Order: sequence, then structure tokens, then C-alpha cells
Amino acid sequence: MAKVKMSKKSTKIDMTAMCDVAFLLLSFFVMTSTAKVPEPLPVDTPASTVQTKLPDADLVTITVGKEKVFFGMIGQDIRRDALGKIAEKYKIQFTEEETKRFSLIDGFGVPVGNLNKLISLTGEERNKEGLQPGIPYDSVDNQLREWVLAARYATKELHNTELKVAIKADGKEEYPTVKKVIDILQKQKVNKFFLVTGLRTDDF
Amino acid sequence: MAELNTGDGGGKKGHIRSKKQNAGVDLTAMVDLAFLLITFFMLTTSLSKPQSMNLAMPDKDETQEKPQTLDVSEDRTLTLLLGEKNQLVWYYGLPTAPIEGPEKTGYGKNGIRKEILEKKQTVKSKYAAEPKKQDLIVLIKASKKSTYRNLVDVLDEMAIADVKIYAIVDITPEENAMLKKEEILSE
Repeated sequence: MAKVKMSKKSTKIDMTAMCDVAFLLLSFFVMTSTAKVPEPLPVDTPASTVQTKLPDADLVTITVGKEKVFFGMIGQDIRRDALGKIAEKYKIQFTEEETKRFSLIDGFGVPVGNLNKLISLTGEERNKEGLQPGIPYDSVDNQLREWVLAARYATKELHNTELKVAIKADGKEEYPTVKKVIDILQKQKVNKFFLVTGLRTDDF
Repeated sequence: MAELNTGDGGGKKGHIRSKKQNAGVDLTAMVDLAFLLITFFMLTTSLSKPQSMNLAMPDKDETQEKPQTLDVSEDRTLTLLLGEKNQLVWYYGLPTAPIEGPEKTGYGKNGIRKEILEKKQTVKSKYAAEPKKQDLIVLIKASKKSTYRNLVDVLDEMAIADVKIYAIVDITPEENAMLKKEEILSE
């Protein structure tokens, strides 16, 4: 009798503990995750040994790559306000719906005139490579300056803090392009930047 | 796959043993699903926040007359000229009459880092009597052909070698000529 029972003892394993662990991990990842945001201008940032974290509020990121410049703001309120200021400056009308949609865009790189068109696209279409030509930043039509200025005013008015500027440039970008961006910022007396970098050890 | 013990359907004929059989649900499918989701979340998240490097540039106020108080001895300044092909030229002293150099080298621990550390020691021992002047001054001059990665590399060297005084300055025509002589600047 006992022998028969032994052989019948099932080949199944108790999965309960495994299931528990799996779900524990799952909930951890769900809670800590911030989904990777697709970038309209992917750049390969150089690495450094300095380990300062990038601030996560009151920050604009200027992405530089392939001689194009993209601009990104953090916070929907700041984006709204900055867009309002730009609309005023360039005398373009944005509807409430457009402003709302704009406040959900992380980064963009189009001249002011094309903003309406960009806003009307869906997120997926927007991030197609090569679609956005970059923000003009030469001395004839310096829209980058206006955007930085608008974002600075917006941050000062809404949050009462100084706006911080991060420069995220591609490692292969030639220095003059970066220099131009820095010069634009320095003309507004923004003399402190965060250079976005990867991480490495000092053994290189 | 999943078996649920739904009581005795067998009625009278069912053995006692069959009732005992299993009181649990088969969790295999559930575990599969859980691990699938874990994999998904692991791959789509970016856990690490990007690192950043602080850079403070000197104020460029053209309207204001600045008093010339800068007293920089030539034997405290090391100038780095960033050229193309991931190479740079360094010299120690004045561009017209360098104390050492100009010499071509690369980035990293076998390249410029040695020079920086060496010069740091030189300056320290030279000004042993004057504690205020013991710091080496590094001038970084990036040419048109250098890349952003070169700039970050050099700034990183400043952090590694703990150079306290450094500045990014515009390059002069003489220094461009120096780079051309070393064949790391093409027009």
C-alpha cells in the first residue's frame, strides 16, 4: 500500500513560492519604472567619471546632435507658460487644445512656424527620425534664445527658482556647434550648465 | 492545465484517494505570465538617471570694464589645445616662449593625465613657500575640429586630477598654427 502511494506522489512542484517571488519583483518594477521616452533626436553622450545626478525639476535640456538643436522642458505648467510667451512674441495663435497637447510633448525641434503642424501629429509620428529639422539658432533667426528666455521667465514666475540648463550633446558633435549654444546661453548670463554624460571609471 | 478541485463529481464510485488528490491550483501559467511581465518591465525601464557634469563658464560681460587684476605667472599655466583625430597638444608657459612643449599626446591615463599630474607637482614644489599660488592653472582651448567628446574628456581629467582652476578659452591663431604643425588640424 505505502509503496504504491510513494510512486504516485506527483511530479509537480509547488509553484506558490515562485509565484510569490515573481509577483514581488513584478510589483517592484511596475512601481519604480519610468518608461523610456522615445527621443526625437537620439544622441550618444560621452562618458565621464563625475557622478552628479541631473536635477529632475526646473530644468531644460538642450539636445545637440548633427548640428541640430532640440529643446525640452520639464513640467506641463512650464511648457504651457513658455508656449504662451512664444506665441506672444511671434504673434501666433494657439488654441487651448493645442496648448494642452503641447504641454505633453517632452522635446521638440521645429521652427516656431511649424509648431502647429507638430502639435497636430501623434506621438509616434512626431518622433520619426528626420522629421524635425531642429530649432534655428543662428544670429539671423535665434529662436533657441527665445525659448530659453521664455522657459526662464516661466520658471521664475511659476516656481520662483532659477532655471537650470542641461546640454546633452552627441560625443561626435564638433565643438563649434556646442560653442554656439553655450554662447547663446552666456549672452543671457546663464553661466552654469549641466553637461549630460554617461558613466565610466577613470581607467581609460 | 490548471486543475481545480471541484469537489467530488464521482459520487459514490469515487475513491477516497481522488478526493485527497490536490487542493491547489496549478500555478505554472501564472508564473509564466508574471515572468513575462517582469521581463517586459525590466527591458523598458531606465533605472539609472543620467549623470551630469557641472560646468561654470566665466561671465562674459562686455559692457563692464573689468579691472585687470589677474596675475597669472607663466610657470603656473598649462595650456591644452584640442585638435582633431582625438589628439591634443599641450604646452607649459607662454605660447610664444613655452617652458616645455608644445607636444602632441592623446587622452586618457597614458596621455594627458600624466602631464597634468606632473605639472601639478612641479607647481606645488616651485611655490612651496607661497600656499596661495600652489594650484596649477589649466587653459582649455578647443579648436574647430575637436569634438564634444574631447571637451568632456578633458573636463573629466580636471576632475580626476583635481585641478581647481581651469577655464575654457577661445583659441588664438598662433595656437591654431601650433596644431597645424603637429598635423592635427586641417582646414
